[in-house]
Amino acid sequence: MKHDSSSPVLEIRDLTVEFRTSRGGLKALRHVNLDVPRGEIMGIVGESGCGKSTLISAILGLLATNGAVTSGEIRFDGEDIVTMSAERLRALRGDRLSVVFQDPMTALNPVLTIGTQMTAIQYRTGRSGAEKERRAVDMLARVNIPDPASRLAQYPHQFSGGMRQRICIAMALIAEPDLLIADEPTTALDATLEVQVINLLKELQAEFGCSILFISHHLGVVAELCDRVAVMYAGEVVERGDVRDIFHHASHPYAMKLLQCDPGRIGTATRRLPTIPGDLPDLVDLPQGCIFRGRCDRAIARCVAEPPPEHRVGKAHWAACHVAEEAGP
Amino acid sequence: MTALLRIEDVHVSFAAAGWLKALTSGSPRRIEAVAGVSLDIATAETFAVVGESGSGKTTLARAINGLVPVSAGSIAFDGRQLTGLSEAAMGAVRRQMSMIFQDPVGSLSPRLTVRAILAEPFHVHKMAGRDLESRIERLLGLVGLTADFAERYPHQLSGGQARRVGVARAITLEPKLVIADEPTAGLDVSVQGEVLNLLNELQARLGIAILIITHNLNVVRHVADRMAIMYLGRIVEEGPTETIFAAPRHPYTLALLSANPEPDPDAVIDRIELQGEVPSLLQRPAGCEFHTRCPWAAGRCRSEAPAVADLGGGRRFTCHFPRQG
Amino acid sequence: MSDRISDIAPAAQQRRSALIDGFWRVVRQPMGSLGLALVLVVIFGALFADVLSAYNPIKLAVRERFLPAGFEHLLGTDQLGRDLFSRVLHGARIALWVALVATSIGLAGGLVLGMAAGYGPRWLDSLLILFLDALRSFPTVMLALALVTLVGASLGAVVLVVVLATLPSYARVVRAQTMSLKDAEFVLSARSVGAPVSRILIKHILPNIIGPLLILVSMDIPVVITIEAGMSFLGLGVRPPTPSWGSILNDGFAFIRESPWPAIAGGLPIIVATLGFTFLGETLRDEFDPKLRREP
Repeated sequence: MKHDSSSPVLEIRDLTVEFRTSRGGLKALRHVNLDVPRGEIMGIVGESGCGKSTLISAILGLLATNGAVTSGEIRFDGEDIVTMSAERLRALRGDRLSVVFQDPMTALNPVLTIGTQMTAIQYRTGRSGAEKERRAVDMLARVNIPDPASRLAQYPHQFSGGMRQRICIAMALIAEPDLLIADEPTTALDATLEVQVINLLKELQAEFGCSILFISHHLGVVAELCDRVAVMYAGEVVERGDVRDIFHHASHPYAMKLLQCDPGRIGTATRRLPTIPGDLPDLVDLPQGCIFRGRCDRAIARCVAEPPPEHRVGKAHWAACHVAEEAGP
Repeated sequence: MTALLRIEDVHVSFAAAGWLKALTSGSPRRIEAVAGVSLDIATAETFAVVGESGSGKTTLARAINGLVPVSAGSIAFDGRQLTGLSEAAMGAVRRQMSMIFQDPVGSLSPRLTVRAILAEPFHVHKMAGRDLESRIERLLGLVGLTADFAERYPHQLSGGQARRVGVARAITLEPKLVIADEPTAGLDVSVQGEVLNLLNELQARLGIAILIITHNLNVVRHVADRMAIMYLGRIVEEGPTETIFAAPRHPYTLALLSANPEPDPDAVIDRIELQGEVPSLLQRPAGCEFHTRCPWAAGRCRSEAPAVADLGGGRRFTCHFPRQG
Repeated sequence: MSDRISDIAPAAQQRRSALIDGFWRVVRQPMGSLGLALVLVVIFGALFADVLSAYNPIKLAVRERFLPAGFEHLLGTDQLGRDLFSRVLHGARIALWVALVATSIGLAGGLVLGMAAGYGPRWLDSLLILFLDALRSFPTVMLALALVTLVGASLGAVVLVVVLATLPSYARVVRAQTMSLKDAEFVLSARSVGAPVSRILIKHILPNIIGPLLILVSMDIPVVITIEAGMSFLGLGVRPPTPSWGSILNDGFAFIRESPWPAIAGGLPIIVATLGFTFLGETLRDEFDPKLRREP
């Protein structure tokens, strides 16, 4: 693995993705800029419709047939995924780029044993069958599956949800990738299981040194796990920076409101919880100006006229907001 | 004061293995999803039942509403015995007790318009009068939806809007008790507040009691007067919400509270990581059922089931070595 | 909950009639257009049979037997001098009548039995499954022979055979769908509101299973037409002189040396109708079956 250890493992510049629908072009992602530094955990926070699933699909080159990247680039270790050949992309996936999905129930093949699945994904390495099995047992032990050697012969349905998710993490890390994409890996799990998985990810990341792109809507977990955070809304990255920048000095009105709404943040019991009134904008018929202005209580005239570019509000902290720009860093 | 809802030692069990399998493999014939739950809910009170998967909380809610049969125990609502009532007799009870289901869109009949969905309780209980249309409009207004929503179909609603329609349907006949099964599930954080504020408002206005079933402790703090925590079909701790948050006693309660930290990267989190997973209902642990995962389990916990410690004022827990919270 | 951007319902709602929308979706596919055209031809022919043909389909004119297709007789005449075109058009009425009536009865029966089996107690389900499986295990031809022996060859017998042959498969589909919806949250919601079983079945379950069922039915129509034609061919269906495509084909077969036209006249409409309904049914299924979700 030769790479320049100071450059980000994933650099996304001005990425725009559009879907063809019966109503017209749906602009699912617009001018997304994102950097995942090497060896760090980057969190993406957002609610439904923010485009995080589309972003993952674009990075993996797995957009639906009616979707296409209409501009921008996704540089994985210097190579642009958007213009890459299909074989090159396939070579990267599962080797240097791996994924853990949200639903552990459907991510594993129900008719193959865990052992078969874990040895099968090592097909690129020149290892012998016994060696592959040994590595599989090793990884299962690392993710705290008790008695791993005997469990290789078992089928996914014989494991509980939490264990299945850990198996998926083991499978994703067995190739020692440069970047692990975790798409809401704990959303389908109970809170106490979530604690286990988050602690596991922290340990494994420290051990393997890979970068993690962690998507979640659970702010508490993101605050605990991630080094850098990007906040997405309706297809745009509205704010990004260090985790402390975002949680302590949020500058974009949406990010600020999102943090306010999180019930874990609200210390005293109240019978009147804060919300963000309004609905998501129509992504086929985009409103003019800033995408959040319809729900923003600080909108000024400029917000209606022009969409805000990313404005630097701190050392490594950007917010796409006119009001933040005018307020100064 | 007589409680509006009184549940005494309710058990709900399901068939697991057939007699042959039970004979050969020793698996139990039945599993108990709810294994002896007792609680009281007063008029116009909000009570939260908290638990994770396998705790039996949803089964309990459905048993109260008569959707699953109760195998033992009694449920008394407004002075009337519900256990053993036929589906037809439950019909009358359901004027006073309604339920909001977990899946906001999935709990609305896909081929009916919002209007038809809201009109249904009236039709079922033969209360559809000439003012039906205006009553539906009023209901929509109460939950913050404009009148044009009546024409829409469930798939044309967002999660939050569908949830509100569910709430509207639950209050059509001005019930005394609303059971809300995971009212914030599937909703974004920015929208969760809307539903909860709505429930609080309706309670204040209409004087309804609310039973909230949830796994989200953060939400409970802001809506419930009292709460109970369930594990493997039993209540392990209960009491006034503020007291439990301030001084939890049962280890499981502590673990749940620590699993939902404040979103602050600098917060020092005293995380309690539980070992293992929730045991299968087919193989209930001996002694205290939580001992397999409890960080403080001692010898006694493995063999002897703890008795209920009653501190008075509705404050109860079952633990041999309760924590000083 | 879906959070894919392409799935979020837009704030502004477009109000187009579902029927018109459906029509255009079918016509958009070439197979759908062709199928619809052929089906409309058959329906048109059946409706206006009297107007479109100048000849009486059952009137004998022995001196004009075995005339080839021409201006006077568009499909020629049969062994008794009857105009084949006219007979074919009137035969279309019978074919469509059987298709409509028999499948309606089969559908209704299937719905009733299927919903009872799916929603009712397990003992009822076991009983009904036993009955339906027994019915299904009869080969259609044997069933036809047996029934005709009992009630005599007639259109009614054909309808009965079709109903008994198709009902079990409809009932099974209905049963499976009902069972899967039985525990759906919206059904539980209806129960929690206090709705009685009848209301749940009619207002909640039925509308949600009828879609795939109708597609199934439309794909069965070619089969039904073939059963009718087959039975008439074997002499078990309509009695002469009533024109049925099957009986025309049968006669044509017998007299093929004298003239090919009766055979053509009998076979051609069967082919046209079968193709038309098959294409239409397949297009309906491709477009509307919720299990075959496709990107637009």
